[in-house]
Amino acid sequence: MTPHSSPPIDEASLHALADGRLAPAEREALQARLAADPEAAATVQAWQAQRELLRGLHLDVLREPVPPELAAAARAVGQAGASVVRWQRWGGMAAAVLLAIGAGWLARGQWDGMPGSSVMAKARGAEFGHQALVAHVVYSPEVRHPVEVAAAQQEHLVQWLSKRLGRPLKVPDLAAQGYELVGGRLLPGDQGARAQFMYQNAKGERVTLYVGALDAGKAGTQASAETAFRFTSEAGTSSFYWIDQGFGYALAGKLPRPDLLGLAEAVYKQL
Amino acid sequence: MSTQAIQLEAQIPQLRRYARSLTGDAWAADDLVQDTLERACDRWQLWKAGTDLRAWLFTLMHNLFIDGARRAVRQAGQRVDIDDVAQELATPAGGTDQVLDLQRCLSRLPGEQREVLLLVALQDLTYEEVARITGTPVGTVMSRLSRARTRLRELMEGNLAGPPAVVPLKRLK
Repeated sequence: MTPHSSPPIDEASLHALADGRLAPAEREALQARLAADPEAAATVQAWQAQRELLRGLHLDVLREPVPPELAAAARAVGQAGASVVRWQRWGGMAAAVLLAIGAGWLARGQWDGMPGSSVMAKARGAEFGHQALVAHVVYSPEVRHPVEVAAAQQEHLVQWLSKRLGRPLKVPDLAAQGYELVGGRLLPGDQGARAQFMYQNAKGERVTLYVGALDAGKAGTQASAETAFRFTSEAGTSSFYWIDQGFGYALAGKLPRPDLLGLAEAVYKQL
Repeated sequence: MSTQAIQLEAQIPQLRRYARSLTGDAWAADDLVQDTLERACDRWQLWKAGTDLRAWLFTLMHNLFIDGARRAVRQAGQRVDIDDVAQELATPAGGTDQVLDLQRCLSRLPGEQREVLLLVALQDLTYEEVARITGTPVGTVMSRLSRARTRLRELMEGNLAGPPAVVPLKRLK
């Protein structure tokens, strides 16, 4: 009960508090002032409640399959460029070969020339590795909702994602490497559902494991396509990916290559 | 599929969810997403690779959304009342009624306020990012946010008592 007269709390700070945009010190100072201002405190509380409600709005839309007409609209990107149109006129096979060449360049000597793995399988693996990178870049910076189901509900998480991917999944334990499971989410892939598991170490660095079926039997390639670890890196984010019994796995993160490889090996051993 | 297409397609679920919350109906939302994707394809060379693709797409969607007069005319006669599609709407843990109430109340906010509130709260963007997306100063973002929150609070609390006094926005035009 200190009878000091402080200026009224400015509204922008109340928004910043409700949105979690204040530094810890600022937050504590403001909360202390709110203790003496029940009306402002009630406002912040109402806004936070609103925010929570909004965060839950139409979450199911994220899990719906992308409508074909929207996917088609997205795929039209790049077709405006004449050179791209020319490539695409050559048809799917040319595009696949192009992807394989691109992948080979990206891997920069990491291809071990696996006997028996076809160009198409490599192309699909490269695409899978790339999608894992995209998914990592999109979700790993999320502060509030990095995952759909948190690690606390691990049993539910595993059941749910196993069901959606049509195959029993196992969540690797990376505690020995200093990474704890944050949780997981379901993502759309070009050949069905994909799952992403997120891990975080004490420094807040995140790695994601991206998993999904690859239709390896398609287009006359061997059904049991398996590959060695492959490495790909784009804009500071790297991924080791591999295919095992028709299932693709990719571990992505902003880590030095040897560190990421160590983690990928730990994952591989447990799966 | 090209790298660009993969990146763009990866954004579709987020765009659909945002558009659904913004428009309040599934058809109008996917229409808006479709237009946004088409515009993104047209202007792809304007996107600076390495910058936040999601923010750029929201900017495109914002421009299409505020171009509301044309959209309203085009959709006249095929709007669906939210009560008619209750079963198709989200049913998260909070329960259907609460979600319907929320969407109904949101729909009564002016578009520019609803947009700012959703970008801040639902999409978790910073005020500066929202300012860039909507092409307005941060001060304008803050005042819209403030009005949106105050109005939504009134609407949500008012909803508990009696039937809502419906003032269709279209009639105000």
